[in-house]
Amino acid sequence: MLHLDPKDKEKLIDPLFTTGPTFWSVIAILLAVIGWGVYMYVRQLIFGLGETGMQRPAYWGVYMVNFIFFIGISHAGTLISAILRVTGAEWRRPITRVAEAITAFALIVGTLQIIYDLGRPDRFLYLFTFGRMQSPLLWDAMSVTAYFLGSVTYLYMPMIPDMAILRDHCPESAPRWRKKLYTVLALGWRGNKTQWKRLEKAIAVLAVLIIPIAVSVHTIISWILATTVQPGWHSTIFGPYFVVGAIFSGIGALFIAMTIVRKVMGLEEYYRLKSYRNLGLLFIAMTAIWFYFTGAEYLTLAAGQQTAEFPVFASKLWGEFAPGFWLMVVLMAIAFWVQVVPQILPKKAENSFLFKPGLAWSSGVAAVAVFLVMNFSRNQPLAAALSQPNIRLIGWIIAAVLFVVGGLGFSMWLKTRQVTAIVIASVAVVIGMWLERWNIVAPTLTHPRLIGFWFYHPTWTEGALTAASFALFILLFMVFFKLFPAISIWEIAEGRAIEAAEAQVEVALPEPTGVPQAAHEGFRK
Amino acid sequence: MTRWAMVIDLDKCVACQGCSIACRFENNTPPVKPSEALKGRAIRWNDVFPFPTNPLEADAGEYPETKQRYIPRPCMHCENPPCIKVCPVQATFKNEEGIVQQNYARCIGCRFCTVACPYGVRYFNWQEPEWEGTLNEHLNPDRIEGPGDLEGPAVRPKGVVEKCTFCIQRLQKAVARAEAEERDFDPVDYQPACVQTCTGKARYFGDLDDPESTVSLFEKSPRAFRLLEEVGTHPKVIYLREG
Repeated sequence: MLHLDPKDKEKLIDPLFTTGPTFWSVIAILLAVIGWGVYMYVRQLIFGLGETGMQRPAYWGVYMVNFIFFIGISHAGTLISAILRVTGAEWRRPITRVAEAITAFALIVGTLQIIYDLGRPDRFLYLFTFGRMQSPLLWDAMSVTAYFLGSVTYLYMPMIPDMAILRDHCPESAPRWRKKLYTVLALGWRGNKTQWKRLEKAIAVLAVLIIPIAVSVHTIISWILATTVQPGWHSTIFGPYFVVGAIFSGIGALFIAMTIVRKVMGLEEYYRLKSYRNLGLLFIAMTAIWFYFTGAEYLTLAAGQQTAEFPVFASKLWGEFAPGFWLMVVLMAIAFWVQVVPQILPKKAENSFLFKPGLAWSSGVAAVAVFLVMNFSRNQPLAAALSQPNIRLIGWIIAAVLFVVGGLGFSMWLKTRQVTAIVIASVAVVIGMWLERWNIVAPTLTHPRLIGFWFYHPTWTEGALTAASFALFILLFMVFFKLFPAISIWEIAEGRAIEAAEAQVEVALPEPTGVPQAAHEGFRK
Repeated sequence: MTRWAMVIDLDKCVACQGCSIACRFENNTPPVKPSEALKGRAIRWNDVFPFPTNPLEADAGEYPETKQRYIPRPCMHCENPPCIKVCPVQATFKNEEGIVQQNYARCIGCRFCTVACPYGVRYFNWQEPEWEGTLNEHLNPDRIEGPGDLEGPAVRPKGVVEKCTFCIQRLQKAVARAEAEERDFDPVDYQPACVQTCTGKARYFGDLDDPESTVSLFEKSPRAFRLLEEVGTHPKVIYLREG
């Protein structure tokens, strides 16, 4: 019988064996969405890919965007938890399980996108039987497979001690298959010294090995695009740009997932603010890096003004893809803002008129109103006036200033709500990163060299399959965390032990006068 | 060695699109409904379109002061084809005579090649191909088929990519005829349908490795150019500039 803290039992084990009506109704909704997706996919199989909005030259569409997006999300996990394990970040302990689960499920759903996208899915296995090593798509098949196998192992290995705990603490009322499942998955874990030693060695090795695999996965996805000669894709920055974007969206997805788990399962005590704050710092850094890469990419395109590339660039900045592009930029700016500005605002700022909620609300509403009038006004004289570049520019400046003033007031409200701020940022980043993939895939395809420019409108088939993919992702997540604890129980216990041991360490040195102050600030001696 | 190449003299091309039609009937390219064509799903192995395709700097002018040029565009059969480099299953490949072929029995329909081709010569079968009425009974019966191999004009299943093959079935037939008649194969016997039909006799076809062939002589012409030379594909379709 392995030791289990009563609190861990109550918070982490017991909920696994009680299922409320909410759970089943959410499952039913998800299954309905997946059913719709299956129906649309069968239609697509029967009638061909003509059911989608894809055509010549937009040979790839939403499926490809989803593929890049989901594989990007998958970097949440393994990469982040591996890096945090390797660097010995203690605050990682509660979040590793969720992160690794995201990886495994995002890879499953991401790979499905490629199958949706194939004209002949029945020949999918040709990739392995007739694979050509020179094709970037085959590199991708290999790296994604390696990453999937690696991350499933990496998800499973730290679960072994937990499986043993579950095996030993499974309530009598639990169905027999579950007891059997835990017994099999525990692989005869007894928690003796040799077993611990081996497990920790294996985890350490795998954590180091999985980092280059994860980096390779999204680099290779970028190379699918960058190894062609198409305008806007043929860029050396794509490898690192995609990896950064992947980790970025991965952290976003991780924040959303862990916050949902925290709220639904009532695990506020486990997911402490410290994990949020530290991972949040990484998140802020990734936002900044993302802006840097995006700026670098677009500046070179803009300055070069090459015949084939410039139309791609123009379509994003002021052409038909501009709404999506600017929405992405604004979302990323919001993500940066809600994380940084509330933290740097002094507490005293509350008293300033700039931060009053009334002003914030009114300027926010005014910003939206100016935006709507500028873009959707049907009033003839007004529209005519707004078509003048100078007036438009003034309009945009007014809208931006109002938006920023609104944001300032909102920041004050967020100052005391760090988790809310991070979730807002994460949702913005996840949507923004989907749009970024869209802004990379679609404009280049629709602005080829020797085919007339075109636009790509996805159809319901693509919409249904995208919705079904997200539903499947959530479903896998829910089922998984109904069967297995959301937090690595043994890692938490280990963390507690380490903390207790560290507290007992006596530094055999005379204490300098500054120490009490430092301890107050949160530094340990 | 033989390197099949085509020369298109733009001075003689009248943009009648006869080549497009000849190609369609020779190679059984499926027609699509007008609604599908409007979505950009028409399959035209041999397309004739205004050039430059997307006038940006080139100002076409306003009627009647216009300047309009047309360009016929088969597959370029590049020496360095971007399409075969990206195919994950070797469904497209360059044979020893320099023709870029497509194996419909192998293609998995990932459309990586269609995306990678800078010329847009590769087409995807978005639907099951259909021919109206009696057209169905008059398809070109030629087939190039082997174990795990389906190429040339054979009717394509939905979900695969297809492209111009320089009418490779005609090469096979010419070689077979020469064998039957117990004589050496003469390159003059092999002509793709578009070359044979060309109204203005603007197209020439032959072996680029033979220094005496018409295409070799034209290749040296100061009017000779290739499409998108800057992307490094080294096409074997050579255009002669309008004079």
